[in-house]
Amino acid sequence: MEKSLCLYFQVHQPDRLRLYRFFDIGNDSQYFDEFANRTILKRIAQRCYLPMNELIYELIQKHGKDFKVAFSISGAALEQFEQYAPEVLESFKKLASTKCVEFLAETYSHSLASLKSEKEFKNQVKEHSAAIKKHFGVKPKAFRNTELIYSDAIGEAVANMGFNTMLTEGAKHILGWKSPNFLYTNAINPKLKLLLKNFNLSDDIAFRFASNNVTSGQYAAWLAESAKEADIINLFMDYETFGEHQNASTGIFEFMRALPEAVLANTELKFCTPSEAAAMHQPVAPLHVPYAISWADEERDTSAWLGNELQNEAFEKLYSLEKGVMAAKDEELLADFRKLQESDHFYYMCTKFFSDGAVHKYFNPYDTPYEAFINYMNVLSDFALRVEKKNNKPKKK
Amino acid sequence: MKVLMFGWEFPPHIAGGLGTACYGLTKGLAKHDVEVLFVMPSASGDEDQSAVKIINASDISVADVWGKTDISRLESFLDKVSFFKVSSGLVPYIDPEMFSSMVESQEKRNRYEEYEQFKIHYGGKYKFSGKYGANLMEEVQRYAMVASAIALENDFDVIHAHDWLTYAAGIAAKKISGKPLVIHVHATSFDRASDNAIDTRVFALEKMGMEAADKIMAVSNLTRNIVINKYGIDPSKVVAVHNAVDFDEFKQMEVKRGVDDKIVTFLGRITYQKGPEYFIEAANKVLKKCDNVRFVMAGNGDLMNRSIRRVAKLGIADKFHFTGFLRGDDVKKMFAYSDVYIMPSVSEPFGISPLEAMKSNVPSIISKQSGVAEVLDYAIKTDFWDIDAMADAIYGLLKYPALASMSARCGVEEVNNLKWENAALKMIDVYQEAIDNLK
Repeated sequence: MEKSLCLYFQVHQPDRLRLYRFFDIGNDSQYFDEFANRTILKRIAQRCYLPMNELIYELIQKHGKDFKVAFSISGAALEQFEQYAPEVLESFKKLASTKCVEFLAETYSHSLASLKSEKEFKNQVKEHSAAIKKHFGVKPKAFRNTELIYSDAIGEAVANMGFNTMLTEGAKHILGWKSPNFLYTNAINPKLKLLLKNFNLSDDIAFRFASNNVTSGQYAAWLAESAKEADIINLFMDYETFGEHQNASTGIFEFMRALPEAVLANTELKFCTPSEAAAMHQPVAPLHVPYAISWADEERDTSAWLGNELQNEAFEKLYSLEKGVMAAKDEELLADFRKLQESDHFYYMCTKFFSDGAVHKYFNPYDTPYEAFINYMNVLSDFALRVEKKNNKPKKK
Repeated sequence: MKVLMFGWEFPPHIAGGLGTACYGLTKGLAKHDVEVLFVMPSASGDEDQSAVKIINASDISVADVWGKTDISRLESFLDKVSFFKVSSGLVPYIDPEMFSSMVESQEKRNRYEEYEQFKIHYGGKYKFSGKYGANLMEEVQRYAMVASAIALENDFDVIHAHDWLTYAAGIAAKKISGKPLVIHVHATSFDRASDNAIDTRVFALEKMGMEAADKIMAVSNLTRNIVINKYGIDPSKVVAVHNAVDFDEFKQMEVKRGVDDKIVTFLGRITYQKGPEYFIEAANKVLKKCDNVRFVMAGNGDLMNRSIRRVAKLGIADKFHFTGFLRGDDVKKMFAYSDVYIMPSVSEPFGISPLEAMKSNVPSIISKQSGVAEVLDYAIKTDFWDIDAMADAIYGLLKYPALASMSARCGVEEVNNLKWENAALKMIDVYQEAIDNLK
């Protein structure tokens, strides 16, 4: 049978908060650092999104239907493109027009809602699917959750929303002796097929490209070796890998330019999108994941966002406002609520500084997790006042 | 009467409360026609010199002063200041024979040679930073050297040294001039750390200063007791002179409050001494009873991160805010925002900030373990560890308007009566006693 190689790239940019002081609470409801968000987005657009989209377009032109990739673009990133760099959105639309690109569904605001509120989770997925349909003309069929977070229950909820394919991490502690290079199903609803990230081969590019110093030919040889006992190899990574995390001088663009040819010539793998892969292969077994996994850190769990008391407190307090926000039926309020749910805010409060700290620090606008927490809670306090006001609830005296 | 006063800082450039206190008390002394020569390690020139004449120690060259005096006087100078030479001659691993020869040669060296050596070390001007940095100890020592030169050049009746940083300077000036030394204890090592973690070098300097002093002023009876009990000083030598507060330039600030909730404020360094954890626990108790209240911890310090974790753990972070370090107008803004001020200090020699709060019409709760508790009747006092009493007091001030308005009204009157000119009268008495005792 045919063997598949599945490339999926994550595109997301957070809405970073400005320095929000105690004295601002109740006086100023502008929370976001627009200067930082614009500057960072424009920089990454120049270094990564634009050149890499162009490269992928060229590769599709060259190889036709033999080269395919998938993207998941968060709603937060889509909004920032519209606002600060519409040319990036245009170049994604150009890719969409080739029909060799699949766009995946996710939560609109790259949130952790799946861990807390099924209702909010579903709302955000719907909102995101609508946005993808609006921009790219297709309704997403496969789903990937924020940071590849997955559990049996989350999978079931996703299946209930009508998706039959979902992407997650090939976490070692879940797989044990099993290989990530096959198709699995959800343990509760077998209709939902699972594609698991091959983290060794993915991280060889995403994290170790500069130090591996690997050529496309060598990498294709690694793929060929793994493909011997595999149906499907899933390479999932952040899109910012190309040109941002691994900058252009590492040769990452040249590597990608030569990769399709090397793979097609030297391996039995064929490029396909997640939905195609799920349709083509037979699932080998259900996968039991009672506790949530993700693609982050050595633990591959949710502790990067909800691993200490600061994160848990901020998370609980945020979702305690959900009912009020929904009851208020106010668009601005809802938009801010969604932005405050972005997983990045919780990531900044992470205290796991010693093992995976390097990665955490790289993405962090704050000096310490404590500052991140204080700033976030100040913003949330103002937000809570607005929710209360909108609902016109008389205060207990 | 003319006073040679050694301080470490003076407004506008201040890091702690010491500078503010020095400013207030010199102004108070000026009202009673006491002349003050105020020496500080690093003056900037923009200090208010209306009440004092400021001498910048960084401008004084020790050698210049000695140049004007004869060699015999220099010898006696070296005798007098030798107590405080930097002992940097430690050499590891020398055998006994070599050691004895070294000691002999040391003794043979004549005095003049020693002076020449000394001139190399201390001859020129020394640029003090006047900060509380890494070479603090070195600055303290050099300050003492410069102090002796200043004492040779100036005329005065009594020496007044503020806190351990300047005690050595005070002692040097006393040895040179033979004038009485009064030291002023604003804080002790025991207020900066728990009993078993004090800095022994600072303790030694403090004890040396207290023993050499003719009279000791302590900012409260609480501090007076520490001086007597922990440093073993003769009680008859120690007098409590309570701080006052200078509100001449005090202006209340108008703020637009963004929240309707009542606000309870802790303002100060977030360190062991200030008792932040008791504030958090009391806040938690109050929040269980009423929800239209917010708590603010303003300031920073080594217990800040632990405090944040505790607040998160208790699940009250939506009602308990941290502002970080506040400066200048933000402090006044914070008071204007507050409905209750609380100072749960574990150990506070005096504690000026509740006075500022009360001046701003904010009812205050202070710990019984603070010096300021000795002079205030209209602040609510609790033990620092008694979080139930603290929670009661907060709840009472929030819920019973009569209590809050009386505390605010009487509090303003009370702090208005704490004047530096009154404290200065007490200080003049102490000076006089020190002078008389020496006669």
